[in-house]
Amino acid sequence: EKSKESIFGRLSRVVIGKTTVDEEVLDELEEILISSDVGVETTVKIIDRIEKRVARDKYTSTGELDRMLREEVAALLTENRSVSISNSFETEQLPKPYVIMVVGVNGVGKTTTIGKLAHQFHQHGKKVVLGAADTFRAAAVDQLKLWGKRVDVPVIEHGMNTDPSAVAFDAVKKGVEIGADVIIIDTAGRLHTKVNLMNELTKIKRVVQKFLPEAPHEVLLVLDGSTGQNAVIQAREFTKATEVTSLAITKLDGTAKGGVVIGISDEFKIPVKYIGVGEGMNDLQVFNREQFVDSLFKK
Amino acid sequence: MFQSLQDKLNGAFRTLKGKDRITDINVAATTKEVRRALVDADVNFKIAKDITDRIRETAMDRKILISVEPGQMFVKIVQEELTRLMGSNSESISIKGDPAVILIAGLQGSGKTTFSGKLAAMLKKQGKQVMLAACDIYRPAAIDQLKVLGEQIGVEVYAEPENKNAVAIAQQAIAYARQNGKKIVIVDTAGRLAVDEAMMQEVEDIKKALNPSEILFVVDSMTGQDAVNTAKTFNERLNFDGVVLTKLDGDSRGGAALSIRQVVEKPIKFISTGEKMEALDLFHPDRMASRILGMGDVISLVERA
Ligand SMILES: Nc1nc2c(ncn2[C@@H]2O[C@H](COP(=O)(O)OP(=O)(O)OP(=O)(O)O)[C@@H](O)[C@H]2O)c(=O)[nH]1
Ligand SMILES: Nc1nc2c(ncn2[C@@H]2O[C@H](COP(=O)(O)OP(=O)(O)OP(=O)(O)O)[C@@H](O)[C@H]2O)c(=O)[nH]1
Ligand SMILES: [Mg+2]
Ligand SMILES: [Mg+2]
Repeated sequence: EKSKESIFGRLSRVVIGKTTVDEEVLDELEEILISSDVGVETTVKIIDRIEKRVARDKYTSTGELDRMLREEVAALLTENRSVSISNSFETEQLPKPYVIMVVGVNGVGKTTTIGKLAHQFHQHGKKVVLGAADTFRAAAVDQLKLWGKRVDVPVIEHGMNTDPSAVAFDAVKKGVEIGADVIIIDTAGRLHTKVNLMNELTKIKRVVQKFLPEAPHEVLLVLDGSTGQNAVIQAREFTKATEVTSLAITKLDGTAKGGVVIGISDEFKIPVKYIGVGEGMNDLQVFNREQFVDSLFKK
Repeated sequence: MFQSLQDKLNGAFRTLKGKDRITDINVAATTKEVRRALVDADVNFKIAKDITDRIRETAMDRKILISVEPGQMFVKIVQEELTRLMGSNSESISIKGDPAVILIAGLQGSGKTTFSGKLAAMLKKQGKQVMLAACDIYRPAAIDQLKVLGEQIGVEVYAEPENKNAVAIAQQAIAYARQNGKKIVIVDTAGRLAVDEAMMQEVEDIKKALNPSEILFVVDSMTGQDAVNTAKTFNERLNFDGVVLTKLDGDSRGGAALSIRQVVEKPIKFISTGEKMEALDLFHPDRMASRILGMGDVISLVERA
């Protein structure tokens, strides 16, 4: 069955005996990339690069085409500069405390990702504090508190319907007081089209900076791996409001490929740091470009 | 830069501009652009292909009838076809049984709990004796979340925080409703992936145990190409009655709506347009078609011509 075949299996079939990348190969490639949510623009970009590359250093085997393809896709993914640090969740080379603010649209997996991150840092002997600055969504504070309990990390909260900036400020302040290594701020999900809510994010950031001018050291934008092309606009708008510094893609334990992140990483030069692969506290992985590209091409 | 659908189509129509007939060649060029535009709106790749192939034939058939510019004619054909494919509007939900059971299912974070609250509020407004059942035993604070919403809208929430069997809780909820004169029970379930066999079995078991008169599949309007796989599996397991499209208050094109409709042939019954309990609307296929195309203006232009 066609859909069960790996991308390279399919590509191999159409490239057999050919020395150029013809229409048929490109069509096949287009379908595979588009079906992984890579998007038309980025797909066209990848195909152009493949065509140029093939014109330059002709490939002799399908294996070589595979390699070229993988390389061209991986090249679009911004290198995760702090890969060694995040790999091990060691914080020795990071400022102390290291403040991470987590943002994103509704329901993408922000709170869950925070729980998992807290667990990883905690496992590595780091002192972690969480700030419950989603004071809006029903039972959001309870949800984060349960995560805090689960992974044995304190949660700073002011309850529901309170000022999120004040919670964030307090979390950083308390974190500094108790000598925390990592402080992670949860924020309410918000669609990037809502101007007031986006301004609120900018405000949270500003208020935190009143206490710790260089904070937040990291603004992590969480994207749902099953989201299509809207994720590109999300990245643009959240970057405008909060200068996003890293990405996490969640729900990659499903059948969605998360291919939209390729175009995002390329356009905004923001590295993907983490991927979410489940609902448990251990279901977080450090992003690996090569593995991600491989998984794109696996059915 | 993300190029808007409108720009893309305008680009495509340039091929047709000035020509007084839709010919084979210019339709081919344009359908390709329309296909890409649909894909950019998150319509499934294969479905976009099928649709544009069909539209191409329609366009050819209609060439004699052309009275406006071919480009505009073409847009109109596309919009009409998308509208037709998405079915009729405002399908009602079936409320049968004592109590009537409405089962809510879908992926993680799609908006099930929020929608459950909204639907309860709507039914309550219609004077129905409605109750919510909290059957998500996995997500931290899922029960609290539903309880907060229940309180907001003044609808009772049945929950058993210590019970780790969702099917049993659902059954108890029905018994409780019967004893307490509740006529409709809305059952909120945990988010689950279509590939998670144990979780899919659980929701199938809930269905078997409750025999709901209405099963709604809740899906995020921002979903990409994978929407078809998910919808297909949920439909195979639950044979749901309708689809709820959420988070349409954003700027997603919502192409997944078209894909899902095509794949499972079930009507989209509600759209969710905000976090507040009132933000619930009926589905309008023509509006959705325009949204996917991102070109409401052009359509109305043709209507006026
Ligand atoms: N399968 C799977 N589910 C996930 C993953 N990450 C989060 N989830 C689930 O997705 C749902 C939403 O997650 P949350 O962490 O509450 O998302 P959020 O972004 O904080 O949501 P809001 O605060 O309401 O905007 C929950 O059911 C999580 O268990 C993941 O990597 N895989
Ligand atoms: N803007 C907007 N947000 C929505 C809408 N529907 C739900 N949400 C938000 O999306 C997030 C997830 O909604 P939930 O109702 O918790 O989703 P769920 O499907 O029950 O999630 P799980 O139980 O974790 O699978 C929350 O932040 C909701 O407030 C909508 O139509 N518009
Ligand atoms: Mg949250
Ligand atoms: Mg829920």
